[in-house]
Amino acid sequence: MGKSTDAATKAMLQLAECQELSTIWDRFAKQTPQCGFGELGICCRNCLQGPCRIDPFGEGATLGACGASADTIVARNLLRAIAAGTAAHSGHAKHLAHTLLKSAHGQAPDYPIRDEVKLRALAARLGLAAEGLDTKELARQVAETALQDFSEKETPVTWAAVNVTQGRVAAFQKLGVVPTGIDSAVSEVMHRTHYGVDADPVNLLLGGVKCALADFASCAMGTDLADVLFGTPQPVISRANLGVLKVDAVNVGLHGHNPVLSDLIAQVARELDDEARAAGAPGGVNLVGLCCTGNEVLMRHGIPSATHSVSQELAIVSGVLDALVVDYQCIMPALATLAQCFHTRLITTMPLAKIPGALHVEFKEEKARQTALDILRLGIEAFKRRDPKKVNIPAQQCEILAGFSTEAIVAALAKVNPEDPLKPLIDQIVAGNILGVCLFAGCNNVRVSQDENFLTMAKELARENVLLLATGCGAGAFARHGWLTSEATHTYAGEGLKAVLTAVGQAAGLPGPLPPVLHMGSCVDNSRPVQVAVAVANKLGVDVDQLPVVASAPEATTEKAISIGTWAVAAGLPTHVGVIPPVLGSPLVAKVLTQDIKGLLGGYFIVETDPRVAAAKLLEAIRERRAGLGL
Amino acid sequence: MKEIFVNLDRCQGCRSCQLACAVAHSRSQNLFGALGETPAPRYRLYVERGLGLNVPLTCRHCDPAPCMEACIAGALYRDERGAVRRREGACVGCWTCLMVCPYGVVGREKEHKVAVKCDLCPDREVPACVAACPTRALLYREAEGFAAGVRHHAAEVLARSKELA
Repeated sequence: MGKSTDAATKAMLQLAECQELSTIWDRFAKQTPQCGFGELGICCRNCLQGPCRIDPFGEGATLGACGASADTIVARNLLRAIAAGTAAHSGHAKHLAHTLLKSAHGQAPDYPIRDEVKLRALAARLGLAAEGLDTKELARQVAETALQDFSEKETPVTWAAVNVTQGRVAAFQKLGVVPTGIDSAVSEVMHRTHYGVDADPVNLLLGGVKCALADFASCAMGTDLADVLFGTPQPVISRANLGVLKVDAVNVGLHGHNPVLSDLIAQVARELDDEARAAGAPGGVNLVGLCCTGNEVLMRHGIPSATHSVSQELAIVSGVLDALVVDYQCIMPALATLAQCFHTRLITTMPLAKIPGALHVEFKEEKARQTALDILRLGIEAFKRRDPKKVNIPAQQCEILAGFSTEAIVAALAKVNPEDPLKPLIDQIVAGNILGVCLFAGCNNVRVSQDENFLTMAKELARENVLLLATGCGAGAFARHGWLTSEATHTYAGEGLKAVLTAVGQAAGLPGPLPPVLHMGSCVDNSRPVQVAVAVANKLGVDVDQLPVVASAPEATTEKAISIGTWAVAAGLPTHVGVIPPVLGSPLVAKVLTQDIKGLLGGYFIVETDPRVAAAKLLEAIRERRAGLGL
Repeated sequence: MKEIFVNLDRCQGCRSCQLACAVAHSRSQNLFGALGETPAPRYRLYVERGLGLNVPLTCRHCDPAPCMEACIAGALYRDERGAVRRREGACVGCWTCLMVCPYGVVGREKEHKVAVKCDLCPDREVPACVAACPTRALLYREAEGFAAGVRHHAAEVLARSKELA
């Protein structure tokens, strides 16, 4: 198996190898073979009598010291991963909610409400009486409502309840999995997985679903509040892959997940072009994005994406990345060591995410603009130390069309049918020109040749007229491989899909068809496709678990991917995972997740490492649902 | 011949060797596939606790080997590498070998009622247990090479004591 399918990544890896620079692939090789108990999820470290391990071959221990079985241990471990993912999204959403509140109180002048239309639509969705309220007061009420969602209350988490169908709400209530607080759901998981609490694997898994719904609420809130503060994305043309780095400019990478700092940097970067020129960079300041911070600034500012996930270190190996500004999540600590082999300034900015070897510049919303300028100036300073002998920018870059928020998709469809924008989409699904919809989400994983699963599956699905949506590093994979273009529609889409994308593209005034993959944003923005699915289901008078819609995280890595996958299943979607999650040590848990849960929630997990077989399974799930709808 | 040696200071008790051994002796040759197999694949080495230390116990492939000497069915033989192995179809399940092994590393496959023991992974360059050990507590060496390594280490220890004195 190769390390990557991305030509720029491969070129940089060769260079890294020559220079004896360690990358994630080298470090992973040193980790193999990995511990089988961990791979199967049957190692329990939840008390000081452990670690206890269950013998998967039945010869040694069948129970932990406390009597916990493999089923209990696997379920508890999975729950803790869901809780960690939820905690990460909670932190992300809370950060935005606090920023919105400061904005409303006039304490954060650099954060005006940039999308009042979205604010008012959101307030209506939340059931707030907005009439007669000025923007600041309404923003305050929305922020307060958001912050109330985090701690335990008597009522369901608002962002979970108002963003799904009534049918979903009823199903969640019946199973007792409605969260009443985002952070209290995380806390509850930590309680029930503590020594000697919940030992029933099925009860535990339902607790995991409850926590995952809190994760969904966090993601939806993160999307909503970011749109209110920074604007709802609209279609935008940009470029992707390491070729977007410029030899004649001060290159500053924005990496991590949250737009609170990165959007400000994107807003002010042009102001420092002259300083960059004075420092010897005629190209001024060149911002580039990595991972989901990259997606946030791509969606709203058209900032090009340099690279994603497993290949993040290689942006430094180019020798021209002058500063790498990070917030939180998916930032490899190895970046600091690598940065020391170059002139690159690695700058951490969040109090809860520091890295030894990095420079920490603490970011506060109250002084956002100034901090953003200070950070950019560190990049300009570092540029002066750039070693020309180490400069190696790969040529690869692709033009991309991104920016497909729910609102942008509806607006494009409205060009076809202004009275009833969803109708053309539904008509085409009914007619079979769109067989179904697949959301590609999640990360790259060092176990998989980078992007290979995404690309192989997308080829199989697009040919069969499945409309593809993408978020996070998945969207990044498609961006770097030229899939976010009209040409990709000509190359990969089946005839029916091609006709639909061409018609919508024409109506929207584009020179060609829409791309076969619509980039909907960062991983938090997985809430956007759910919003589309919920609107379609409501319009048809069915529930989401009846729609020919599926999801796939074919190269998943993080605990966030586990929590998102779980809520995708709870939302009613057949959800593919292309790497083996640590649950096979319990045949019972594996069966519940891949089979039994279908009877409860409609969605279920499909674990399949072969991308061709996975695509076939997703097509089968789509056809099963079409048959269920009589299509 | 190369044999499996143990560096007693290094074993962390993770039992990765045991899992790798079972997988190496499974039909599917991978952990996830091996789980569902009947009979369940058996490992042939054991990590035990002795006087506070983790001690991986492996077949020493003794020469002469008590198990081979004791086998009434002639089911055990020494292969060209020197490894003591079981012939297919010959074992009668009397467990005499298991009784006489001074290390207790001959096991029993319940379903077929046959003895199972280390075969030094004939199809692999390095036995699966050695390859799986994350701390290199298991080593695959010629006996002379292993002893030379121990002597080298002992020489350093002695030299250091002289230096300190």
